[in-house]
Amino acid sequence: MIPAPFDYEVAESAEHAVELLGQHDDAKLLAGGHSLLPLMKLRLASPSVLIDIGRVSDLSYVRDAGDRIAIGALTCYEDAHFDETLKSSCPIVAHAAGEVGDPQVRNRGTIGGSVAHGDPASDIPTIMLALNAEFVVRGPTGERTIAAADFFKGVFEVDLAPQEILTEMRVPKTSSGWSYLKFHHRAQDWATVGVAVVLGDGSNNASVALTSMGERPLRAQGVEEALAAGEDPASAARRAAEGTNPVSDPMGSSEYRRQIAPVLTRRALEEALSR
Amino acid sequence: MNGARLEAEVEPRQLLVYFLRDNLNLTGTTVGCDTTSCGACTILVDGKSVKSCTMLAVQADGTEVTTIEGMAKDGELHPLQRAFHDNHALQCGYCTPGMIMAAAGLIQRGGDMSEDDIRLGLEGNLCRCTGYHNIVKAIQQAAGEMKSSATV
Repeated sequence: MIPAPFDYEVAESAEHAVELLGQHDDAKLLAGGHSLLPLMKLRLASPSVLIDIGRVSDLSYVRDAGDRIAIGALTCYEDAHFDETLKSSCPIVAHAAGEVGDPQVRNRGTIGGSVAHGDPASDIPTIMLALNAEFVVRGPTGERTIAAADFFKGVFEVDLAPQEILTEMRVPKTSSGWSYLKFHHRAQDWATVGVAVVLGDGSNNASVALTSMGERPLRAQGVEEALAAGEDPASAARRAAEGTNPVSDPMGSSEYRRQIAPVLTRRALEEALSR
Repeated sequence: MNGARLEAEVEPRQLLVYFLRDNLNLTGTTVGCDTTSCGACTILVDGKSVKSCTMLAVQADGTEVTTIEGMAKDGELHPLQRAFHDNHALQCGYCTPGMIMAAAGLIQRGGDMSEDDIRLGLEGNLCRCTGYHNIVKAIQQAAGEMKSSATV
């Protein structure tokens, strides 16, 4: 399995990457390459130019930014997984980063790559949605920020213009309970279903987001409403599949996913409440 | 490249594993699944384990690459290689270079090396023969030796 031929450019900075994107039609940014290269090997993607941003070292960081934590887009999963700031101030990100793939994949794959790729089966977008994260995007006219809730549009579809690059993700510091439960068949598999729970200041104020339950990461609105109305977690969790539209694929049928989601949601709520 | 400076021109689309095998004749790194699943092609890039079937050779430009051929020093097997031999941690041997390089990455990363840590750390490496038991024993032995002698 060999990718189709392409031209290769190295970006020295985010600004340089934006400039290079402007010079080429049909160019793709290459970060860790752990979503893009497998697609290219299968010839499901054959961009004519790859712009390698993997050497832009100043986009790999985790910083305390007051009430938020700023994560550079090129931070690899393994670095996020072991990062002390994330472990103490936003542990769900550190935990979920360690749930992706395996150590080798986590050494190359990046948090920003996962967000920008917009795969509804990946874990990080769901976590970002549950956390109400904010993304920083750089384009030819400067920077803009966008909420996670507005960023994910569809399968592999996100709010990034052809000449834009995601540079940073900002997540809130969390001090209350959280959980990310992922049901998968084998250690390295994508989530058949994943559920992220981040509690607010009480059990009736939780954000709940789902992986692999539709064309993009989804908030489990029914569950959130039920909790807000004072229902107990076990009964609120029964509404987890409401408004979802999961695919049928070799990992499980749509019906199967709709069965698992409420069960995982109940467990995730229980785990979050016990933390 | 295994401690020596190497300059080469490659086609952008050439995957690192094929560059190692076909251009450098470093055939110790094997190709198992070619889909980032099995871990047979694991090598170290700047001390971190990666699957060389999912990295372009050009992405390794300017990095320090270590393959199984770079592990033994001065005719002495690396502690991991010796431990695999001592513990009969291989049968057909196809996954072994990848196992050893993944284990080297785990040891290099630091942290605990309990049986559970090792098993979890090998989640990206498949062995169809051994049932993993002796592989885990071998890695525990080598990790202990390397910790006491502080050689990586």
